[in-house]
Amino acid sequence: MNYHWNWGIFLEPVKGGDETYLDWLLTGFGWTLAVSLSAWLMALMLGILVGTLRTTPSKPLAALAAAWVELFRNIPLLVQMFLWFFVVPELLPRELSLWVKQDMPAKEFITATLCLGLFTSSRVAEQVRAGIEALPSGQRMAGLALGFTLPQTYRHVLLPCALRMVVPPLTSEFMNVFKNSSVAFAIGVLELTFQARQMQEDSEQGIETFFAVTLLYFICAFTANRVMALIERRTRVPGQMAGQMAGHQTT
Amino acid sequence: MIELNNVSKWYGQSQVLDACSTRVAKGEVIVVCGPSGSGKSTLIKCVNGLEVFQQGEITVNGISVGAAQTDLPKLRAQVGMVFQHFELFPHMSITENLTIGQIRVLGRSKEAALAKALGLLDRVGLKEHASKHPGQLSGGQQQRVAIARALCMDPVCMLFDEPTSALDPEMITEVLDVMVELAKEGMTMMCVTHEMGFARKVANRVIFMDQGRIVEDAPKDEFFGTPRSERAQQFLSKILSH
Ligand SMILES: Nc1ncnc2c1ncn2[C@@H]1O[C@H](COP(=O)(O)OP(=O)(O)O)[C@@H](O)[C@H]1O
Ligand SMILES: [Mg+2]
Repeated sequence: MNYHWNWGIFLEPVKGGDETYLDWLLTGFGWTLAVSLSAWLMALMLGILVGTLRTTPSKPLAALAAAWVELFRNIPLLVQMFLWFFVVPELLPRELSLWVKQDMPAKEFITATLCLGLFTSSRVAEQVRAGIEALPSGQRMAGLALGFTLPQTYRHVLLPCALRMVVPPLTSEFMNVFKNSSVAFAIGVLELTFQARQMQEDSEQGIETFFAVTLLYFICAFTANRVMALIERRTRVPGQMAGQMAGHQTT
Repeated sequence: MIELNNVSKWYGQSQVLDACSTRVAKGEVIVVCGPSGSGKSTLIKCVNGLEVFQQGEITVNGISVGAAQTDLPKLRAQVGMVFQHFELFPHMSITENLTIGQIRVLGRSKEAALAKALGLLDRVGLKEHASKHPGQLSGGQQQRVAIARALCMDPVCMLFDEPTSALDPEMITEVLDVMVELAKEGMTMMCVTHEMGFARKVANRVIFMDQGRIVEDAPKDEFFGTPRSERAQQFLSKILSH
């Protein structure tokens, strides 16, 4: 193998510019974080809402929520990215369509965040639904019997327990958001994968480039994992083993 | 206080309640028994509207449960309910379990709710457990907390659905004692239970259900003395032989 190793490449200036390759990667890392965290926030809020609606006695609301999940879960993320970027603007009213295509600020970033957020929301919704359905049916009855309205029963009884239960499965969804955000390069978001490909072509130091990129993605996923583990510990209920919310204890 | 008039209920094609009628006067204690699957839980859940029924009428304290304009949450707040599996809220402390309904439903102040909660917790003998969580209590203790939680709402009547059947034998008495005391204080109670000792001690009437029908609805002495239906006789001899 006559590969020319050069670990110093990161500090060298890019061709025809005064930034270094490290600057490129760090800008990309910044955009990756921005897209991922905004999308995750959106996915959490929408996912909890949609997952909750799926378990309500209202047939139309539950059906709407089910349709939401199927729509965003069953189309490949890359295709969704292209749909939001190229197709949806064409379907808008004329004025709006023109504005989106020509003047909308941070168009790529907003599109990517929206797309990744909606995609992930369907996966969060499924976890939240499973969490609520795993609770003993008596919990809902106990809330209602106490005089709570249905929304109060969700707010005070069902969701606090269900959300605690789904922290572990949501951990992998949180980690996936960072990995999936790399798809945003396809519509021109200058995120980590985009910058990596640019650096690799520019510097011809592919191995060093992708080593660094792998490390940065790993840091994201690892941090996400630790944050969720911390949340799990902080919200643990005394006298309750992890995941025990789902069962009756008759000690 | 509670009045059921020809209540029928179906799950799809299968009928689970068949023209059930009875009434529970203020201060009365009614025990409902019958084989598993005979519709006891369904009947008692219809009383506070946790289950819907298709025919007949139920009124509680003069309010029709099935009527479209009835404010069900408000009605349920006046009807205490105790479940087989306690159904305490596991993520809340015992105190929170006892105060949240008072605060969120009845609009009481935190202080008033807490005072009420601690008073009732003392009454069921669990004052020192106030800051624990349900998972840290035994089944019998949890069920006593569940009764206290219902009492915190100052209910006009109480519904019990097999409150002791998920308990280990040694814990049944502590729960029954609380229920007996409640009955003696004049609480209107409708209790699904197979504890015939409890029935003998405090019940005014015993209802026997079979296949969705109220087969027998008789004063306690009459029921234990000369139950008319063969099914009730069989059932009685079976559970009394334990
Ligand atoms: N959600 C449900 N869907 C269909 N059938 C049900 C449902 N809940 C209860 N049943 C049926 O209704 C009947 C009465 O049940 P239940 O009231 O729980 O009886 P019990 O409390 O006397 O054991 C049973 O035959 C049971 O199978
Ligand atoms: Mg039952």
